[in-house]
Amino acid sequence: MKGSLISSFKSIASGMGILSRGANPLRRLGDSVFAFVVFLAAFAVIILMALMVYELVRQSLPSIEQFGVRFLISREWDPINNVYGALPYIYGTIVSSLLALLMSVPLSLGIAIFLSQFAPRWLRAPLGMLVDLLAAIPSVVYGLWGIFVLAPFLGKTVEPFLADHLGGIPVFRGPAYGIGLFAASVVLAIMITPTISAISREVMANVSRDQKEAAQALGATPWETVRMSVLPLARPGIIGAVILGLGRALGETMAVTMLIGNVRQLNVSIFAPAYSIASVIANEFAEVTEGPHMAALIEMALILLFITLLLNLLARLLVQRTGSRAARVKGRP
Amino acid sequence: MNEEQAINGRLQMQKEEDYEAAELAPPAARPSAPTHESMGEEATGKASRDRKLYSGSAARRRSRNIRSRLAYSLCALSTVIATVPLLLILFYVIYQGAGALNLSFLTDLPKPVGESGGGMGNAIVGSLILIGIAAVIGVPFGVLAGTQLAEYRSPRLSWVVRLLSDILSGVPSIIVGIFVYTLLVLTFKQFSAIAGGVALGILMLPTVARTTEEMMRMVPDSLREASLALGIPRWRTITSVVIKTAAGGIMTGVMLATARIAGETAPLLFTALNSRTWPTGLDKPIASLPVQIYTYAISPFDAWHKQAWAGSLVLVLIVLFLSIGSKLYFGRRMKRAT
Amino acid sequence: MAGYITTNNLGASFGGVQAIENITVEIPANKVTAIIGPSGCGKSTFLRCLNRMHELVPGTKISGEVIWDGRNIYASEMDATEVRRGIGMVFQKPNPFPLMSIEDNVSAGLRLAAGRMSKARIAEIIEHSLKLAALWDEVKNKLGRPGGSLSGGQQQRLCIARALAVQPDVILMDEPCSALDPASTQKIEDTIDKLKKDYTIVIVTHNMQQAARVSDFTGFMLAREMSDPGRMIEYGPTNKIFTMPDRKETENYITGRFG
Repeated sequence: MKGSLISSFKSIASGMGILSRGANPLRRLGDSVFAFVVFLAAFAVIILMALMVYELVRQSLPSIEQFGVRFLISREWDPINNVYGALPYIYGTIVSSLLALLMSVPLSLGIAIFLSQFAPRWLRAPLGMLVDLLAAIPSVVYGLWGIFVLAPFLGKTVEPFLADHLGGIPVFRGPAYGIGLFAASVVLAIMITPTISAISREVMANVSRDQKEAAQALGATPWETVRMSVLPLARPGIIGAVILGLGRALGETMAVTMLIGNVRQLNVSIFAPAYSIASVIANEFAEVTEGPHMAALIEMALILLFITLLLNLLARLLVQRTGSRAARVKGRP
Repeated sequence: MNEEQAINGRLQMQKEEDYEAAELAPPAARPSAPTHESMGEEATGKASRDRKLYSGSAARRRSRNIRSRLAYSLCALSTVIATVPLLLILFYVIYQGAGALNLSFLTDLPKPVGESGGGMGNAIVGSLILIGIAAVIGVPFGVLAGTQLAEYRSPRLSWVVRLLSDILSGVPSIIVGIFVYTLLVLTFKQFSAIAGGVALGILMLPTVARTTEEMMRMVPDSLREASLALGIPRWRTITSVVIKTAAGGIMTGVMLATARIAGETAPLLFTALNSRTWPTGLDKPIASLPVQIYTYAISPFDAWHKQAWAGSLVLVLIVLFLSIGSKLYFGRRMKRAT
Repeated sequence: MAGYITTNNLGASFGGVQAIENITVEIPANKVTAIIGPSGCGKSTFLRCLNRMHELVPGTKISGEVIWDGRNIYASEMDATEVRRGIGMVFQKPNPFPLMSIEDNVSAGLRLAAGRMSKARIAEIIEHSLKLAALWDEVKNKLGRPGGSLSGGQQQRLCIARALAVQPDVILMDEPCSALDPASTQKIEDTIDKLKKDYTIVIVTHNMQQAARVSDFTGFMLAREMSDPGRMIEYGPTNKIFTMPDRKETENYITGRFG
């Protein structure tokens, strides 16, 4: 009934379209102009990305030419003698992000499993929204809360506790400052949890009921059903979600700048202050106007850009693939 | 007892005795329990010897159930743990912020250190101006790009644009700030509200484009066809029928994007910079709520910390209002659509 | 011979809508019982109530009893997972674990229930189950390939092997051939015939010829109106149901379809 109505509409529409197109050249012009404008807007996205990469490469060329690979492995950062090495920043960025993943991934997967598989239906949407709201809190507010609430708490209780009980491991040694790599990682973990859990939740919810019933009919418990049916099919999507979370963590600026301590050093202890790429840019960029110092800062931005582009590309493809695979399994006769 | 039951009942009655016998019989003698001897010709002879093994011991079954319940609890606990920071942050922002929040905070200029009072009036106005500029850039571009993705079938271009806009939404905002710095600030040798707005506009673009696309896809084809059938040209059909129908949804996308950029700090640090006065022009540096919060938060003065909390309260209220509002609206829409 | 599964006044609802009602039947052991009826009459719901699969869908309620092995499977002390292990199920759409290897698919349930088992023993059971499901010859050289790589008919036989490997007493089949071509259907019917010596089989089918071919007992279900719950109109030996049913509705349905 509805289909026949649509198809009759369709035939009328195409008939009219041919008629009117023949009759009115002005109309055709309107359509072409609009199509062109719309095309330009879409193309602008491509131009924008290309321009961004081009600008950053252009501006960082002096630094790339002068320091080469040394830029990545040197610890020196001397604006007076114009010698720049990014190692401490790269170290701080990577370590804080990986620590954040270490804390956030188990938590996020737990959330995703709970909200997509275990929780009662009526509880799923409101709880999911609550977790998603974590992503809405501005980064600078996380930073503020981190400085005055979280870091003192970590420094007074958590870090001494860890040092007492796990002090045998070097990373847990050293004075508990509060502000430092660990505090930055904890806030990062909170900030990327909504990203990782939301995408994982979606790919897990996409696993078809057929697949879950396959396990259930064999006498699998709810947890075994998740392990046998849900996780294997959702795995690429989950990996994609984790990679997206990593991308977020690597590029996060304000909260990290406010909590990591901003000390350019390589310290084994995770309680020690450190520095990150985004933080040094935030702290120093407004004060330099040109020259090698600026080029060095932009080169770090370029490194960050390339890493996040790569991670995002990979993650999107993985999430896309999971979607289509779930659909394929679902659509199989 | 109705007819069906009577029939079924008869069937059952005949067998009641047998049934009881079966119930009393030891499990091994259960009539249907397949035994090794009764296996088909392909039976290997050993496969079904120990049925108990398949069923697993009661202890194993118990431990499996306990493990499942444990996993359930851990997953539920994760969810609870994740909401703790949210509630804590909201608590502190309200608790610390409400004390310092008053009318003059919303209307006054910041005071120098040592003087009491003062507010973030200029930063609030500045943030509104920056968001306005961002919307002027991000919304039209985003809506048009979304229109291309939804209405024009050019698979290769659409795939690239979709992927790039997804990737763009993952680019750290500070890098967008640097990009705009090299593009505008270096060129015009001037930190400006315009530069800050452009940076925020770029950050809005992917969210607006993708929600526009999704919302326009939800508009049924019959509407387009009906309009085309009336002789209305395609571009008018898209602008007046499709976009109009999807307008509510597109608005939620714009709200979501606004919520995202309203709290952005990093891209403003070296585009809009900051200012201690009321905005004087779009080509001049301008204050904004997030940058002002940041400046005060890392200062050594208690009075400024209080101001930072109050500013955070205002900012969080704006952002939560926008994102909860758009989510509720969107959720209702989705429910209606299905 | 005793009814191996007995239902007493079984009823089930979904989101407040009664799907089936008042079903009291005895399903005899080591026989094939077919459930037929027009679509929407609740055959699948009935089947899914027999091994507590129905309750996995949120918003469902079940009343009455299902007695298996002398115990009500809905009694509070019964373990739903153990019920499902003992009363296996094969679904309408083949649903092997697509990424798991063929052999792991077969042993999946086994490894859950039995815990540690020697590799040789598991291999033996895999082979035995695949032979029973008439799939062994086709897959014996590619046991490591993923389950998703098989054809539709092979996948369904893999699902049967997977259900057999946990050594259930009863196997429920929910229109197992509706997605398959005639050749695959033939193979599965042969398998059913072979299995009934050792297993109680309940098969839901929309295909009356199939019911006539494979079953010993047949139950006819019908929902009078669209909104009415499905009831078991008549239940008895297949011969009788197909040749001289007691009830007018049964006759109408059977002759209408055969006519």
